[in-house]
Amino acid sequence: MTTPLKDQVITATELTKVYRMGDVEVQALRGLSLSIDRGEVVSITGPSGSGKSTLMNILGCLDRPSGGEYMLDGIQVAGMDDDQLANVRNHKIGFIFQSFNLLSRITALSNVELPLRYAGAPPKGINDNGNGGRAAPETRSRKERARAALEAVGLGDRMSHKPTELSGGQQQRVAIARALVNEPAMIMADEPTGNLDSKVGQEIMDLLLNLNHERGTTLVIVTHDPRIADQTQRVIHIRDGAVDQEKSR
Amino acid sequence: MSFLQVLVEALESLNGNKLRSGLTILGIVIGVAAVIAMLSIGQGAQDSITSSINSNGVNVLYVFSGARGNRDTPTVRNVRPLTTDDAQALLDPIAAPSVKAIAPVISGNVTAAAQGQTTSTQANGVTPNYLDIRNQQVAEGEFITDDQVNAHRQVADIGPDLADTLFGVHTGLVGQSIRLNGQTFTIIGILASKGGSSFGSADNQVIVPLTAMRDRLIHRAGNSVDTVYVQATSADSTTSAKDEVSAIMRTRHHNAAGADDFTVFSSADLLQTASSITGILTIFLGGVAGISLLVGGIGIMNIMLVSVAERTREIGLRKALGARRRDILTQFLAESLLLSLLGGFLGIAFGWGISILIEQFAAASGTSFTAVVSAGAILLATSFSAAIGLFFGIYPANRAAGLQPVEALRYE
Repeated sequence: MTTPLKDQVITATELTKVYRMGDVEVQALRGLSLSIDRGEVVSITGPSGSGKSTLMNILGCLDRPSGGEYMLDGIQVAGMDDDQLANVRNHKIGFIFQSFNLLSRITALSNVELPLRYAGAPPKGINDNGNGGRAAPETRSRKERARAALEAVGLGDRMSHKPTELSGGQQQRVAIARALVNEPAMIMADEPTGNLDSKVGQEIMDLLLNLNHERGTTLVIVTHDPRIADQTQRVIHIRDGAVDQEKSR
Repeated sequence: MSFLQVLVEALESLNGNKLRSGLTILGIVIGVAAVIAMLSIGQGAQDSITSSINSNGVNVLYVFSGARGNRDTPTVRNVRPLTTDDAQALLDPIAAPSVKAIAPVISGNVTAAAQGQTTSTQANGVTPNYLDIRNQQVAEGEFITDDQVNAHRQVADIGPDLADTLFGVHTGLVGQSIRLNGQTFTIIGILASKGGSSFGSADNQVIVPLTAMRDRLIHRAGNSVDTVYVQATSADSTTSAKDEVSAIMRTRHHNAAGADDFTVFSSADLLQTASSITGILTIFLGGVAGISLLVGGIGIMNIMLVSVAERTREIGLRKALGARRRDILTQFLAESLLLSLLGGFLGIAFGWGISILIEQFAAASGTSFTAVVSAGAILLATSFSAAIGLFFGIYPANRAAGLQPVEALRYE
């Protein structure tokens, strides 16, 4: 068992995952270990059926491993119950999906605000408490924080639009803002450019890399697109539920 | 999330599918409206019956011959008739201090004719204090006097409806003649209208002196009468008056204990019987209406289940963003609660409208009837619809909250 280092965001040891489909047991992960440092940009690739999605679900705390240990940002995640996992997802992880997954009924701003609502952030913020008028991040209202996140992805002028009124690229930017807003330990992107044409896809990729560069946000991208994987510092290739090869640039 | 936020989100979501929300609400609206309308009509009927009983005088007792209206009383043989002497004996300030006045009455149906018109009507042979005891007034002319009773005079006071039937008017008739079963009577007064009553109209009757009634219209042996009306000194003393009257009658008729050959009936008894009947009616009507409310509730459950299935991905996303089980549960419960409460409030307004409409119909057809929407009915309907929203919302909400984020996100 490896001792997690302070600068490691993800330390996964001997992860296994078994699905039971009727009488048949399917081993999706077979003792997979990996670690990701804070501020790193890593892509996870692999053919379909390799266990790539399963790994992402477990790393994203959407699912629990059948065995092994998983430390996320210094927290042992493996034995947590549903609500504890929800809390971890809310505070530690920002998700970006291939199909954006925005709520179409509400505005871009409200979409970005959603994680803050579940975080229990005060709607009005904690007002100036005598720290020289300079507001620390926690004292800003939810609206302000959501607005700042949207401005960071270049959508300051589209806040009150609904997702259906936005282009694909703009929708994915809203999703990135939503992933950023709670200042998570890492962002997990599942085929973030999969539904976009290559030009817009590259813009999104540039935005993500830029955010990593400026804020030091750890970035884990699951993709099968080599052009995306080539832009990351490290590529982890998965095959048959285990790490097949790692390639660092 | 705060209560207000949950409410706002639920509203947003219901607003997103207006037609569906509207139709679901409609089910509850109809149910609640039916409950409110039925309860208000039941209450109105009860009030109307109560007031018509009260208009006959709250402190009035009715004494009949025979053991009527009480199946527990053993059959009494050789029933002695009720007589005017019995009636007079009840006016005993020592044995019956609670009795204020008495009025012996002979009543029956007669054929009334005047100016070529013929009709059947109720005739009452009475003494002068009948007017006061029955809480009636004379609009025109005067009421029968003691002298007229003693002299067996063929005079009559007639009700306004009877006057309208025979003469076409109910004013200026004093001095006219009216033939009752072929006997000529002179009209000396017209009764004031009392309005509709649940027990035959007091406006369609003819009142004649007790003596003339016995001589000319309805034959009764000796000095026997049909009913003795007894007025108690106050509404509170009706019970003691009833006991005193019973005691006197028992002595006079030599009845063994528990073998009365007469019956004393009070307005309060009548009121109790009437209100228990209308109470059962109200419960029955309300129950039938409640079934439609139940159907509305099942409608909510159905729609919420569809909504959960449709929004599986949304639920998965919310969970991925950190929504706990409780957050999803409250979200869906709030939606179903909002649906049922909105339906409840609209239903109350709608049901109120229906009861007012029925009131108008009743008024148009000549029955005075006030539908009463009580605070209790409103409270009942509101809390019942809220309970239905919660009850039928729990299963779908639980289903939504129990979804696993991975599977929910993968759902197409």
